[in-house]
Amino acid sequence: MEPIDTSLIDWSRAQFALTAMYHWIFVPLTLGLGLIMCIMEAIYVRTGKEFWKATTRFWMKLFGINFAMGVATGIILEFEFGTNWSNYSWFVGDIFGAPLAVEGIVAFFLEATFIALMFFGWDKLGKKTHLLSTWMTVLGATFSAWWILVANSWMQYPVGMEFNPETVRSEMVSFAAVALSPVAITKFLHTVTSSWVLGAVFVVGVSAWYMLRGRHTDFAHASIRVASLFGLIAALLTAATGHQSGVDIARHQPMKLAAAEGLYEGGTHVGLVGVGLLKPGVNWAHPEEDPFLFKIEIPCGLSMLATNTPDGYVPGIKNLLEGGYVGEDGLKAPSAEQKMAFGRKAIDALRDCKRGTDGEQTEILRENFPYFGYGYLKTPEELVPPVAATFYSFRVMVILGGYFLALFAGLLLVGKRIAAWKPALLMILLSIPLAYAASEAGWIVAEVGRQPWAIQDLLPNCAAVSKLSVCSVQTTFWIFAVLFTVLLVAELCIMLRAIAAGPEKECA
Amino acid sequence: MTYTFFQEYWWLIVSLLAGLFVMLMFVQGGQTLVYALGHTEQQRRLLLLATGRKWELTFTTLVTFGGAFFASFPLFYSTSFGGAYWVWMLILLCFVIQAVSYEFQLKQSNLLGTTTYRVFLMVNGLLGPLLVGTAVGTLFFGAEFIIDKQAIVLPGEPPVISRWATPWHGLEAVLDVRNVLLGLAVLMLSRCLAHLYFLNRIEDDEIRARSRSMLPWEIGLFLVFFLSFAWFWLTSAGLAVVSVPEAGAGVQEVPCRYLHALLDMPAVLVALLAGVVLVLVGLLTPLIKPASRCGIWSAGLGTVITVVALLLPAGWNGGIYYPSLANPASSLTLANSCSSPYTLQVMSAVSLLIPFVLAYIVWAWHALEKSPIQPSEVSSENTTH
Ligand code: HEM
Repeated sequence: MEPIDTSLIDWSRAQFALTAMYHWIFVPLTLGLGLIMCIMEAIYVRTGKEFWKATTRFWMKLFGINFAMGVATGIILEFEFGTNWSNYSWFVGDIFGAPLAVEGIVAFFLEATFIALMFFGWDKLGKKTHLLSTWMTVLGATFSAWWILVANSWMQYPVGMEFNPETVRSEMVSFAAVALSPVAITKFLHTVTSSWVLGAVFVVGVSAWYMLRGRHTDFAHASIRVASLFGLIAALLTAATGHQSGVDIARHQPMKLAAAEGLYEGGTHVGLVGVGLLKPGVNWAHPEEDPFLFKIEIPCGLSMLATNTPDGYVPGIKNLLEGGYVGEDGLKAPSAEQKMAFGRKAIDALRDCKRGTDGEQTEILRENFPYFGYGYLKTPEELVPPVAATFYSFRVMVILGGYFLALFAGLLLVGKRIAAWKPALLMILLSIPLAYAASEAGWIVAEVGRQPWAIQDLLPNCAAVSKLSVCSVQTTFWIFAVLFTVLLVAELCIMLRAIAAGPEKECA
Repeated sequence: MTYTFFQEYWWLIVSLLAGLFVMLMFVQGGQTLVYALGHTEQQRRLLLLATGRKWELTFTTLVTFGGAFFASFPLFYSTSFGGAYWVWMLILLCFVIQAVSYEFQLKQSNLLGTTTYRVFLMVNGLLGPLLVGTAVGTLFFGAEFIIDKQAIVLPGEPPVISRWATPWHGLEAVLDVRNVLLGLAVLMLSRCLAHLYFLNRIEDDEIRARSRSMLPWEIGLFLVFFLSFAWFWLTSAGLAVVSVPEAGAGVQEVPCRYLHALLDMPAVLVALLAGVVLVLVGLLTPLIKPASRCGIWSAGLGTVITVVALLLPAGWNGGIYYPSLANPASSLTLANSCSSPYTLQVMSAVSLLIPFVLAYIVWAWHALEKSPIQPSEVSSENTTH
């Protein structure tokens, strides 16, 4: 097979990463701040106090500014599957399209309809109807996260499908298996609860700024109280769902786990690295030399995570490529070379089975299909994702997860006394960018860690990409880079100005 | 229910979404009229307030249209989006800039200034309908793609199923005047609908008077573009699947492709005529009865019906809905581009939610729009949002 120009793949990936990461700046705040706003409005409806109405409206104003950018950056992603990953779109369209269509029909309309009521309906609707609109808007946003994460999880862990040689694509055989895949549920829960954390950090951060300035202190206290309780619960849930994500990748994407842990040579009683510094330029084939300059680890932690026993075997990058260890299923794992041979067999069988009429070839295809994607690879090295990016992002996310837990717990303990403690307020304010860092880092672990796959084991990027000129993709990359950056700066200016202006009089 | 039934059902849904989208593009039309109809800042804000409460619905319909097309006819999605790259990218870009503009235009410290965001809205209003219309034209008159599903397993070839035959990646569609005529017709229709919408919604005598005086010209231009498109549409030769004795089914050029399709499907023909009449009645209402606010209802409904009736004969009855100019055998029919029977069935079950979705949209519109927008709302709006 003539390889596709690697720079086309790289630029297409870069464009997807750019647009997805920009989109992800806005989504978690929509999910997190949205729910906080819902809670505040519920307090208003219960207590009838104008103070809570003004508080809700202030956060809603910031929500609106952020939401617009989420919409603007999101539309690109939906169509980018087609524009830049056309082969992929055909190969999985039968499965992937359904969640996207449901997302449109069920979730987007809920969001788009009720958001207009939420913003424009304060004077036109009854209190309870307005509250319902706010909840519906946020519910719509959360629903849409559900469906798109179903799609994403399917790429990490393809279930509920069968390959049809006649149509040359994967076809869905069970919608329930796709929509309720355990990986999808974990991913949804981790993504949404971690977004709640981000929303809570945003609210306490902005409130801390008012305290530093000695402005709107009642408003700031009230906001911190709601957000830190909410944030604490969210951070606990994030840690629990994050742990489950780790268990999932240990089971379904061992290479991602190995990369996230910098584990070149596996074994039993493997520790979980807490912090560590990787030696640059380590070669997976020679892990005899320690890949770490230094590390602090939890003994047997990784074995526990992956196998639930302290002496469980966890394969490293080298083992995954060389095979030969006994897997969970009790069988000897094939080497990368063997998997590539199975993959080529599957591809050859697909070519020869002349549209599914030849039973013998169809059987060969079926047998080897789990390795289909390996047939497109040239060398085993291609199977190793960028280790450093995955490893460090994982640390950033998890360590910050611990920090946010402590932050919210501390805020709840200290209560109103926090106002007197300037350095702490400054630290809380500076936590806002950290929450974004943690959230983006999570996606880097999930997406960089699964390279080279567009669909785990079935379709590598090189067989997923659209045939375009590199120059076209470069041009759109730079258009998006410039446009989104300008719009982001505009958004930040508007946001800062709205924060500086503060809430309405009732809160002052 | 057969596989063919589900394919045709989904083509109907996709057509319906397209029809709703074209109707809702009155928002885009309205954006191009902000300066022509609004001579004071107060009036411009009023106009943008009227479209600003609706733009998200148009946008969402576009996104859902994309999702539904992907889910039901993935080969179209992968072929057209991946191939006509530049057309779709331009369309997307002009919707990206729309999405921030309503929110940002009146905010303080918005970096680019109010005028820039209004120019963004103008660009979206002009290019959106024009490009979408032109792109839809290629469904009738063909595009430059080649499909080979075997490419994914052939040695010596990059494993890409759908390719584009020109380096222009879709931009070449403007060289076919028929596509451009459709684009211009959609643009003018969106402006006409916007006038009708403003006449219905806005309580400002100056704006209403200006709309009424502009309307005859806009209608005239719309008719010129639409009727020329319709002429080409009915009379152009086009590709069709023809069964040849012995050789089986093959793709051949047939004369008056769409005229024949309509004659084969008289119900669609009747719907098309009814749609066009409804549009005309709606457009002429304010000219005949200046006090009437109802034109938008008839014209809006007529638009949806007309668009659906234009698209149905493309896919129904085994027709080719996306002809390939580069390689006729690659042309797309519902049967060769659709999802598996199981997926179509599952999604059909989901589509039963659509009436429910429509019901709450109608409820929400009604709750917000009990009475037309008063000029006094402009200042209060600015502080609330
Ligand atoms: C507290 C401990 C945490 C653990 C153990 C943890 C664990 C994980 C793991 C293993 C993944 C990869 C999942 C996959 O590839 O399928 C992941 C992804 C992710 N994490 Fe975390 N995480 C933690 C905290 C956080 C925090 C604090 C945030 C953000 C505020 C966050 C945001 C994300 C996001 C956005 C993703 C990508 C979506 C996904 O794959 O679920 N995580 N996390």
